[in-house]
Amino acid sequence: MAAAPSGVKNFYYLLGCLAIAGVLGIGYLLLRRPPVSIPANVTIQVSDTSGFHGYYMGSDSAPLTVTEYADYECPACQQFMVVQMPTIEERLIRTGRVRWRYRDFPLDQHRQSRVAAHAAACASEQNKYWEMNQRIYAWEPEWPFKRDASGIFRDYARALGLDLAKYDACMSSARYAGRIEAGRLEGQAAGVESTPTFMINNRLYPGGGSVHYDMLKSLLDSLQAKPAK
Amino acid sequence: MRARMATALLSLAGVFLALYLELHKLGVIGPLACGTGGCEAVQFSSYSRVFGVDVPVIGIAGYGTLFVLSLVSLQRPADERWPALLRWLALGGVLFTVYLTCIELFVLQTICRWCVGSAVIITLVCLAAWLGPRRAGAPGDE
Repeated sequence: MAAAPSGVKNFYYLLGCLAIAGVLGIGYLLLRRPPVSIPANVTIQVSDTSGFHGYYMGSDSAPLTVTEYADYECPACQQFMVVQMPTIEERLIRTGRVRWRYRDFPLDQHRQSRVAAHAAACASEQNKYWEMNQRIYAWEPEWPFKRDASGIFRDYARALGLDLAKYDACMSSARYAGRIEAGRLEGQAAGVESTPTFMINNRLYPGGGSVHYDMLKSLLDSLQAKPAK
Repeated sequence: MRARMATALLSLAGVFLALYLELHKLGVIGPLACGTGGCEAVQFSSYSRVFGVDVPVIGIAGYGTLFVLSLVSLQRPADERWPALLRWLALGGVLFTVYLTCIELFVLQTICRWCVGSAVIITLVCLAAWLGPRRAGAPGDE
């Protein structure tokens, strides 16, 4: 025979609890929106693009330039920057074999990635771009899960010894919003659909796993092995 | 009857899981709580839409239908049509999940933990639907 009435009652009780928990959970996620934001719908000025083509690391005479389109809040980008980048930097960039170009490609679903990109841009004003980039990607503490990460970025700025008055003025002005959006548009025009995506010799390599030290080294070796035309 | 209760509870959990993934995709809830980088790579790959529809939306519709069918089966224990629909829809869900998991493993070469969670849910729903009694009150039902 069918379950006892108490069993049915317990079932509906459990079902109700699950429904309430689900609705509360989704409601919480919807309501915890970060108050600080860098606008995405900006008019890109000439100053945002003229003379600025991204953040570079390495010698401009390096035989290979790698462009990375990335988003600070993207876990795959974070994994790449934490796991792969130190080796690439040490063995390929600092040895003059590769020049690195970083372009912001903030994804719409990431509420704080533009704030993070702007914090890094403000650090670049004080010649600490890569230091800030590294700090932000370290995700310590895990700022993507905070309601408002701008305070954490300010802590990074302080730890890096930045002039906080200048940093604060830069952040509140949102003066690099256009530059960040220009980076995204550049990536979009190149065919970038996800982050991180890398461009090497005009070819796109999507996904964090497709580009790593061994791959870059093999590519460099093959380029150098080609006879000059 | 317990099998129908299990499919109802699991399907409702599946609805919330799919809703969570879709809200993330719409950009209204921030990042996914995902231990590895696989979730975003999967959620925003070109395979995350089927015939122009987001996979999580298909998940919401599918789990929602399974949930309704489970409740109807509970309410109408003598009617065998609803459990039959439930069984075949759950099987379809499993096959779709196998396809998506193959894409993750062999094409994208990454795994999204939330997708694994959904795969576990749909597998359990399917097992409960097929291994449970064909209708409430049948031999073996409680």
